[in-house]
This record gives sequence, C-alpha cells and structure tokens, in this order.
Amino acid sequence: MSTVAVVFEARSPLRRVTWALPVAVLLLALPYAIGAYQTILLAYGLIFAIAALGFNLLLGYTGLLSFGHSAYFGVGAYTVAFMVKYLHATSMEFFVAGTLVTSILVSVLFGFVCVRYTRIFFGILTLALSQVLWSLAFKFFWVTGGTDGLRVPAPSLLGLRLGAGEDKIAFLAGPYYYYVLALFFLCVAVMWVIVSSPFGRALQAIRDNETRAEFVGVQIRTYRLIAFVVSGVFTGLAGALWVPLNGLTTPDIMHWTFSGELVFMTVLGGFRTFTGPIIGAVVFNYLKTYAVGFTVYWQLFLGVILVVLVLSLPTGIAGTAARALARARRAA
Amino acid sequence: MTLLVTTGLTKSFGQNIAVNNVDFTVREGEVLALIGSNGAGKTTLVNLISGLLPPDRGRIEFRGADVTDQSSYERIRAGIARSFQLVNLFDQLPCLDNVALAIFSREGKTLHLLSLADRDTAVWQEALEILHHFGLAGKAGGLAGGLSQGERKLLDVAVAYALRPKLLFLDEPTSGVSTREKAPIMDIITGIVRSGGITAVIIEHDMDVVFSYSDRIVAMHQGAILADGTPDEIRRNDAVTTTLIGSPVQP
Repeated sequence: MSTVAVVFEARSPLRRVTWALPVAVLLLALPYAIGAYQTILLAYGLIFAIAALGFNLLLGYTGLLSFGHSAYFGVGAYTVAFMVKYLHATSMEFFVAGTLVTSILVSVLFGFVCVRYTRIFFGILTLALSQVLWSLAFKFFWVTGGTDGLRVPAPSLLGLRLGAGEDKIAFLAGPYYYYVLALFFLCVAVMWVIVSSPFGRALQAIRDNETRAEFVGVQIRTYRLIAFVVSGVFTGLAGALWVPLNGLTTPDIMHWTFSGELVFMTVLGGFRTFTGPIIGAVVFNYLKTYAVGFTVYWQLFLGVILVVLVLSLPTGIAGTAARALARARRAA
Repeated sequence: MTLLVTTGLTKSFGQNIAVNNVDFTVREGEVLALIGSNGAGKTTLVNLISGLLPPDRGRIEFRGADVTDQSSYERIRAGIARSFQLVNLFDQLPCLDNVALAIFSREGKTLHLLSLADRDTAVWQEALEILHHFGLAGKAGGLAGGLSQGERKLLDVAVAYALRPKLLFLDEPTSGVSTREKAPIMDIITGIVRSGGITAVIIEHDMDVVFSYSDRIVAMHQGAILADGTPDEIRRNDAVTTTLIGSPVQP
C-alpha cells in the first residue's frame, strides 16, 4: 500500500461513519425508551452540543479562546423572542432564518474587532463585547423585558402547528426533539466538512504556527474572521433552538458565566477531537442538572470536577477514550 | 535577467541600523549566497524582501514591479517564498499535510469550506512527490514535530518549494545539523532548486557550504554590502577575508 493510501486509510470518513451510525440510531430511538423528562434533557444537551461545536472551531481548530460566546447564543435566543414579540411570528424555520441573519451581522461586527488580536487580548475583547450585549439586554427592559425576560411559545415546525392543543411537554419531547435532532445532525455534518476542508486545514495551520501559515499564503485575519463568523452562527442557531425549549429568555444567557460553561463543556469533552465538544456538552448538561438538584453549592461541585478532570484527563473524555482505544488496539 | 532589485533599502531598530541603504540584485536562475557575521543584517534583509518587516526607506522591485508596499501574501502570490532560520513548521500536522497546505494555498483552494481536502488526490499526490524529492516520503504520515533537526530543515524548504516560487530564500538551511548531514541536505536542496529553474538566495555561515554550492556571493557587514562577486572573487577579496572569514579560504 502506498504512503498516501496508508495516511488516508487512517482518516477515512467510513471509519467515522461506522460509529456515527449506531449513535444516530440510538438518538432516534431513545425517546421511546427514556421518558419525556430525559428526552427534553437530551434535547438541551444536543443544543449545547451545537453551540460547543461552533465554539470549538475557534478553540480547537483555530487556537482562539473566546470568553464571549454567550453573546451569539443570546443573539439567537433574543432574535426568536423579538420575532415572537414584535412580528408575532410562530414558524421555527422563520426563526432559524432570522437568527442566521442576526448572528452573521453580530459575529462579523465583533469578529472584525477581535481577530486583530490573539491569546489573552482576544479572550478579554470577546468577554467585554459579550458583556456589552448582556448589559443592553439587562438595562433596556422596555424592549427586552429585563430580568423578567421574554416568553416564547411552542413554535410551528415545517408549517405544522404540532404543539397547538397538545401537552407542551409531549410536544417538546416528541416533534421538537426530532426537529432539534435533525438540525444537530445537519450541524455535525456541516462542521465535519468544514474542519476536513482545505479551509479547515488552513485553520489548524494558523493554530500551529501563525508565521508559517502567513508564509504559505494564508491571510490570517481573513481566515480567523470567517472561522469567527461560522462559530458565531452555530452558537446563534443553538440559541434559537434553545429558547422554545426553555420557553423564556433572560439576560442570564448572555452573561459571561454562560461563556464559561461553553468553555467547560469543550474542555470536559476534549477540544482536540471533533466529537469532544459534543460529548462534553451532553455530559455537562446532565452534570449541571443533577448537581443543581443535589446541592445549592453546585458551582463549587462543578468547579472541583473541572479541576480534577483537567489534571487527570488533560485531553478530555473523548481524547482519553481515543487514547485508551488506540492502546487496546495495539495490545490486541 | 534581473529578478529582484532593492534600492536604498534601510531598516533600523531604535538606534541600531540593521540594514543600511542596501542596493541588492538577484539574477534569474542563480544560486546566490548571502554571508556575513551575526548581526550583519542578512536575515533582516530577507525579512524586508519577503514582507515580514516593513522597510523604513527604499524600494523593492520583483520582476519589474514595485512590491515595497505589498503584504507578504501578495509577495508569495508574486513568486517569493522563504524558509526560516528557526524552523517554522506545523508541528501537530503530518509532514504530508505541511506540504499539501502549501499546494492548496498556491492553487487558491484554502478558502474552500465545503469540499473535503482528502478527496483532492492530485494535491496529495504532488505533496508526496515533493516529499519524495526531499527524501521524506517515508515520514509522510508522521507528525512534523517528530522529525529530526535535519529532516525538519528539509521539510521547511519542501513547504516553501511547494509554493513553486520564482525566488526562494533559504535562511541557514544547515544550521543546527551535524557536519555530516550538511552536504547531503545541500545536495538535495540545490539539486531540486536548479532542476526546478528556481532562483535561490541562501543565507549561510558555513563557508564550505557557501563556496561549494553558490554561483555568486554577497557579503554583508554592519548592515551594508561589503562585497559582491563569484566565489573566486570573494576568496581573493581582502576585505571579506579579514572581516568575515578571518583567514584566506582554501580553494
């Protein structure tokens, strides 16, 4: 076998599909096995996974740590809430289209400022800009509802009012879960193509060695800006999917602490693997839900878990699992 | 035919004039060696020409066009590539990907977001051929960070070569490698450069390498050009032998 063939065999898309298919089937079948509450929890996890996938395009693939991704999640959530309040819109497809427009606009604007810097300067700038949006949502209460937030009823899906006259829990655990799942599959597929594209390779090159990337003809700022916008759009879309599930959006979702949660999810799962942020988001969602129910000191509990994980599993859950699997294969 | 001309090129860092009013010419097809002691201004001159640093004064013409105010990206597109004194590679990517990225960039494909890089077999085949020319085909799948210093130097040049430049700057291609490895590395590099019709400027401290592999030598001292001539002329140049070499060079 030629060297190229050997290298490509290890990267073959078929290898990934072999485990992705059973997971997809499992996600499709789970609502029949786990009750409504667990299905809704899983839907939250999948939505956060979309946001974490977007976030990791910047952290894992471009080497930029954003502390301001709550802004794009909030933009998605508030776009839907504003469309409900001011346009009386009910269509989820309309919400998604609107969110794509607003998240592109905001991430282009913020990205244009932020990608001029790297490392701590980039992180602080993203944090500061997200806090500006948070304070706008917090202070302009006559528009945003302030801390009371804005309510979002069950939307129509594909033009069908599946939630009308039905138990809302049944709607969220049924049609809405599958709607989220379909968009989750789409986002995973699109992100996988992006990171496997020549553009994705260029981002990894920028992450590894900015100077060298510049001297193979990669325009660093342009590529970083595109990655920033793609990342913002994924996170915005997650926000748009989250708000009908939650039924309400408040400024809390734009606060920097939610950006910290996205960092936590990604580090927990492993930011050097494609699947790491997905696993991290789903696990984090369960951890947080049960920690909140278990103790009022849930933040302390999660903080301790993060410290322990960073020290014991520096490559995250997915990275550690991949290593263990590789070791087992070698031993076999 | 003249490929590159700099006129009155000057660059200072505070009070220190690193490159002082340099008029420098590179002719098409030659292998030119740029020599000088540490701090003579060789690397700064290459940084100015490649676009890593902006000059304070002066003009850079490449293939008859003024490129002084162009970005490094535009100069690469025009045909200027370089390797680095301290090897600059994508250490966490396989060697094959290091070279392939340069090919994707050369072909303007790095902005393709929705096509799978692995499907572009022509690019990967060319990358493998380049690695083969540089004696690195066996390391194609290994991470660049796992190579020896000599291999890293070769891969650094291979990445620059994959851009198919008209003018290639090689900043100390044998620094940090053993004496035994120097000649094989230079044989590979100059062989590929000459057969590919590429003009090369080599910055080098090792005088054996300089006199063995170059067609012309430019000597720099304290930011200015001290001498310019064939290897024989430089050997006989008293200013060069006393200032840079220290003793007459044996033919």
